[in-house]
Amino acid sequence: MKKIIILSILGLLVSTMQAQQVKKSTYGDLVLQGATVHTITNGILSNTDIYISEGKIKSIGKDLVLSGDEQVIDCSGKHVYPGFIDGGTHLGLSEVGSVSLTEDYNEIGDFIPHMQALTAVNPNGVAIPVTRVNGITTVIAKPSGGLFPGTAALINLHGYTPDDMYAGFQGVVMNFPSGGRRHRWDRRSDEDIKKAQDKAMKTLDEIWDNLALYAKIDSADQATGNKTLREYQPEYEALVPVYNGEAKLMIEVNKDKDILNALKWVEKTGVDAILTGVAEGWRVAEEIAESGVPVVTGPMTALPGRSYVRYDANYTNPSKMMEAGVKVAIRTNQTENVRNLPFEAGFAAAYGMGIEEALKAITIIPAEIFGVDDMYGSIEEGKVANLFVSTGDPFEMQSQIETLFISGWNVPIESRHTLLYNEFLHRSPGK
Amino acid sequence: MKYKTYNIVILAMLMIVSLSAQEMGDILIKNGTVLTITDGIKENTDVLIKDGKISKIGKNISASGIKTIDATGQYVMPGIIDAHSHIAIDVVNEATDPNTSSVFTGDAVNPFTISIYRALAGGTTTSHAMHGSANAIGGQCETIKHRWGVMDPEAMKMKGAPRTIKFALGENPMRVHGEGNSIIPRTRMGVEQIFREAFSKAQVYMQEWDEYNRNPNSGKLPPKYDLKMETMADILRGEIIVHCHSYRADEILMLVNVLRDFGVDKICFQHVNEGFKVAPELAEYGAMASVFADWWAYKFEVYYSTAYNAAILTKNGVITSINSDDAGLIRHLYHEAAKTQRYGGLTDEEALRLITINPAIQLGIDDRVGSIEEGKDGDIAIFSAHPLSIYAIAQQTIVDGIVRFDINNDTDDMRLIIDPEEKIDTYIEHIHEHEEMDRCMQDVFQFFAHSHKH
Repeated sequence: MKKIIILSILGLLVSTMQAQQVKKSTYGDLVLQGATVHTITNGILSNTDIYISEGKIKSIGKDLVLSGDEQVIDCSGKHVYPGFIDGGTHLGLSEVGSVSLTEDYNEIGDFIPHMQALTAVNPNGVAIPVTRVNGITTVIAKPSGGLFPGTAALINLHGYTPDDMYAGFQGVVMNFPSGGRRHRWDRRSDEDIKKAQDKAMKTLDEIWDNLALYAKIDSADQATGNKTLREYQPEYEALVPVYNGEAKLMIEVNKDKDILNALKWVEKTGVDAILTGVAEGWRVAEEIAESGVPVVTGPMTALPGRSYVRYDANYTNPSKMMEAGVKVAIRTNQTENVRNLPFEAGFAAAYGMGIEEALKAITIIPAEIFGVDDMYGSIEEGKVANLFVSTGDPFEMQSQIETLFISGWNVPIESRHTLLYNEFLHRSPGK
Repeated sequence: MKYKTYNIVILAMLMIVSLSAQEMGDILIKNGTVLTITDGIKENTDVLIKDGKISKIGKNISASGIKTIDATGQYVMPGIIDAHSHIAIDVVNEATDPNTSSVFTGDAVNPFTISIYRALAGGTTTSHAMHGSANAIGGQCETIKHRWGVMDPEAMKMKGAPRTIKFALGENPMRVHGEGNSIIPRTRMGVEQIFREAFSKAQVYMQEWDEYNRNPNSGKLPPKYDLKMETMADILRGEIIVHCHSYRADEILMLVNVLRDFGVDKICFQHVNEGFKVAPELAEYGAMASVFADWWAYKFEVYYSTAYNAAILTKNGVITSINSDDAGLIRHLYHEAAKTQRYGGLTDEEALRLITINPAIQLGIDDRVGSIEEGKDGDIAIFSAHPLSIYAIAQQTIVDGIVRFDINNDTDDMRLIIDPEEKIDTYIEHIHEHEEMDRCMQDVFQFFAHSHKH
């Protein structure tokens, strides 16, 4: 009976999703003319044209000479920004929060780094168009759960297959053993929390010892060209590139002392790490800066984890870390409301980060952190044409995003939310 | 002897506490841009609050010997009102029966909750401390003022505010009672009958009491007193405003039909994610709507949502507010209101009404709060920039003419009391946003932990 219900819910999902698909994107040579271009890496250029061709930004300049075959969009009085990048979401991996069979980011197991988020990304998820129409073109889709819940992937929010969407970065996710309470109703005693944390640290150490051996055999194999017969251990296989420094480890950690422990562990193991979450980074900002480990933080609008810190502890966290010298990117850690990324960044801007740095924190900085700044994160010739046209400052909710490009595709500003608006604003039949 | 001294000290402290509870302040706010909400924008204007009430709005007001705030370059708006919140109460759900109209969230007010201070730090001065959505007919709710600093729960309450009650439709009561306890309601059919049964029985109950009261000396025993029946009867008499948790268009219309049949017209739908689908019907009945700015997809009944909900409702003539339902969002309702400008292009005034006069109307307190007018309560929020700008930061928040939040007098630790059991290093992770969703089901998940993922 339950199965029938679930199947019929899924059936309903699929049928209505098709009924509310958005318009198709278009592709081809196109020029954005006379815009104020916020390049991020090269200042703000007024009255400037951007030539988009073959998915790339072909040229940028004033009064570009055209062949006449290009589509031209008049952007006078408009602002162009590079597509925003969210450094941590479950987008694409979840359809309806409370319907667990539509959620694909939390697999069973504590040590499963081989689980691939990219595999489970649903290119037709309804939340994807809802997100991109706010100028967010690229996100990390990440697994969550136990110690090593899987491997995250950077995806562009456009395309019909996960491979179309893949934006060139994958990182293994790790939840650093936490000394905090999981949530407000976590009633464990302090001793139990400490015990659980110690146990998780011990597990981590054991995994790393085994990994050292596994990696040694692996590199010996590579040297000799022989493949030593080994048991199928996909979890270790997935971690070898991390061990060898060839892949990045995204370490989720929030509490001040946990952050310090994580930094020690990073130093000990020598992994190429990114700290994520880092809600209490402001308490240990100097130490993070000294380590040189970059940070993807957010959301700023989450409540502080302690009742006795200032109300704005999370709002000011990115700016405090930035001032200490930490490389800070901003994320929403959201699923269906990743569209709030510009507003999260705006919050950080208002609370000390400033507009320019907050813009970087959702463009070039995450691109650098994920090693894709040769393709994404700014408006530069040769980069992938991920950008949007806005009537004004995209952090301000009054601004409207009018035109959007992802991988050079001119993507309609449409989502289920706009379709419902158009249908129901003036209902027909009315009343 | 010693104990006596202690007792006297405690008594004296209690007296101070109860005195401060009734405290009303005098303040002159000079030279701000005043967003009155009901009477336009007034530049370079002063607002004088005397004895907790707005006594004068105008230019060059002078008043000697009272606290003066220079609001030059700043924006002065009425204190923000949240028509749906669960802060400042220790419990949310009495999840033991499909009808718990005999309980009051007002009995669980906790003036020490830090969320009250944090709400003030975002300009929110009044909130509707609601019962949860576990039951079709939930408990009665309390409208509170954020008088941070008072220690008497009674002093948090907005005395004179109309009574309100929580109703709930859809998945939550179905899940708790149908799935959880195998009793009605397990479907939206069952939810309807909970209301019809309760109202029908209350009609009989009212008749029985009316008959008895016509001749109380007849020697007959009075009918049995029943607090649930009393509450339902008071709803029928129009003495309680119904605030109904709802999502889907069909269930919203169902309740409208039920209320029409029983002559109940004071109704504000809460969440009401699919309200946009039946906006003309809501407008016609005079039903109001208190919505999220953009929450959706966290469960199936909010999958067919749109962030344009508030705009569609507003443009169809439904009195609409934006609420938080969340200790986080209540800190920046001004941003939530601004989202209606991205999603539906509401004007500044329309957007600001969503968090001021409209929620005041929905709570029946618009004669006292929700706009800057002479004679209204001295509840004011002062922002560094226009409050619909992402860059606005609340500077001072005033309740009854008393500054309850001042950004320049905001120490690290603003707790009023410290729990001796709380360890200094207690940190709470916020692992995933869905744990923040649907606060309406607080205190329920613990009981159903075995069958639900939370």
